[in-house]
Amino acid sequence: MKQSLFENRHQAEWAQFSLMLEQLERGKKTSRIASFPKDYRRLCHQLALAQERGYSSFLIDSLQQQVLRGHQQLYRHRSRLGANVLGFILADFPRLVREQWRFVLAAGLMFFGSLIGFALLVYLFPDLVYNLIPAEQISEMQSMYDPVAGHLGRSAQRAASEDWVMFGYYIMHNIGIAFQTFASGILFGLGSMFFLFFNGLMIGAVAGHLTHIGYGQTFWSFVIGHGAFELSAIALAGAAGLQLGWALIAPGRLPRAEALRLAARKSVLLICGVMLFLLIAAFIEAYWSSKTAPAPMTKYLVGAALWVLMAIYLLFAGRTRHAPE
Amino acid sequence: MLETTALQRKATLSPPLDTRYHVETPEGIDLPLRPAGLMVRALAFAIDLGLRGLILGVLFVVLAFLGKLGAGLGSILLFAVSWWYMVLFEVLNQGRSPGKQWMGLRVVHDDGTPVGWSASLLRNLLRFVDLLPFGYFLGAICCLQHPTFKRLGDLAAGTLVIYREQPLARPQLPDAPPQRPAFALTLTEQRAILGFAERQGELSGARVNELASILAQPLQVSEPRAVVELNGIARGLLGPA
Repeated sequence: MKQSLFENRHQAEWAQFSLMLEQLERGKKTSRIASFPKDYRRLCHQLALAQERGYSSFLIDSLQQQVLRGHQQLYRHRSRLGANVLGFILADFPRLVREQWRFVLAAGLMFFGSLIGFALLVYLFPDLVYNLIPAEQISEMQSMYDPVAGHLGRSAQRAASEDWVMFGYYIMHNIGIAFQTFASGILFGLGSMFFLFFNGLMIGAVAGHLTHIGYGQTFWSFVIGHGAFELSAIALAGAAGLQLGWALIAPGRLPRAEALRLAARKSVLLICGVMLFLLIAAFIEAYWSSKTAPAPMTKYLVGAALWVLMAIYLLFAGRTRHAPE
Repeated sequence: MLETTALQRKATLSPPLDTRYHVETPEGIDLPLRPAGLMVRALAFAIDLGLRGLILGVLFVVLAFLGKLGAGLGSILLFAVSWWYMVLFEVLNQGRSPGKQWMGLRVVHDDGTPVGWSASLLRNLLRFVDLLPFGYFLGAICCLQHPTFKRLGDLAAGTLVIYREQPLARPQLPDAPPQRPAFALTLTEQRAILGFAERQGELSGARVNELASILAQPLQVSEPRAVVELNGIARGLLGPA
């Protein structure tokens, strides 16, 4: 068949198909959507014919463009995360954490190990803190948690509007740290290990120092509430990063790039959970932890309850299948 | 394209000397994508960087009037713009951030489908590592040594930055009386002659004559007649308009 005859015969079909493509690309519903896969495969067939018959480049190239656009519409990846947020929160995320328990354990040991280790070290050898943290930062911390000052967390007297300021600040600062801890894991896990260790060291040293100089009450009652979600989120972000690094170190039977891609697909889900945790933490930190009215004992109790809640959630949520799935 | 149709059925595949990347669809069609190199991507990023600076600058001036509330909003905005700018544009605007749109690029999955939330988030989170130790050093090294110019983020997310397809304009074929070739043409020769006729408008007259004169001898015509002869054959192949 001559090319011009072929073109004339299918021209109307192609015009209609490109019209449908335009509507699909703009996210509109079309009435003829049911016939789209069939039309697309017909077009593929016509492209193959055109190539095999040696038709001109213009025809083949434009058919190829149409097929590519059709391919992008037909085989588009549907995002499962957006579709069932509730299922992810209730079951999939804790399941994923349990499935990756080795990395979670390793990251948890690194982070909480260095945190507790340095807290004890600084508590026992108080001068050590000046080797770890710059002096002006220490004095800033001291003024923040000074029990005499009668306010918490930040140096200025806080009004309601300031809770909002701090909420924004915590979100930005903490999620930024979590993202860094995760991303640097691709350097064979070294980056995640560094950030886990370093953040553990800083928090531990500050905690040890403040407890030593007698500011323990204000400090611990402030941090215990949101710490449940904030600290575990950092550890989980580190676990996701370690997972990336491990895929590069021990890819198994896959090529390294492929192993990395598969590991990354899972770890990005972990990161979504981490963001959720940090949002909760920022909310608690801005609106509950900073309140000075409740007695320290109430704060400790609520804090302990939050830790237990978090542990129960990660350990037991989603073990049985429920309706929302 | 010529290379793939030029293949004899049993000849071994020799990869063409270009950067095209072929996606084989379930229908058995090979779709060529054109991955974008380091330079054009760096330019697109520079545009995005400038734009982000501009957005933040304007917003901070506005928020400065709101006092404390503005400061809180400002830090959320700073976070959103620095970590989410690329993700939002890539997913909601068919894989194109403003810089990429300007440079005619887009992000797709390895299989040519539009980029989704998780892949886009991943490739942009890992940007942090591509930046290390300074000025996109790791990303640039990785991009330069990879056959389809992927940086670390693209490797992990399974994404590809390609040139967007531009709509094609129908080329005007030069007028000539349709002719039958003196001998049977192979598919490649047929494509070459059609290509010659379609691209004639973009070439200078001297170049057209030079190209046609190569074929004067096998076509058994005098050199000045070769162009008309070739156009005639192309017309003949195409069939009546």
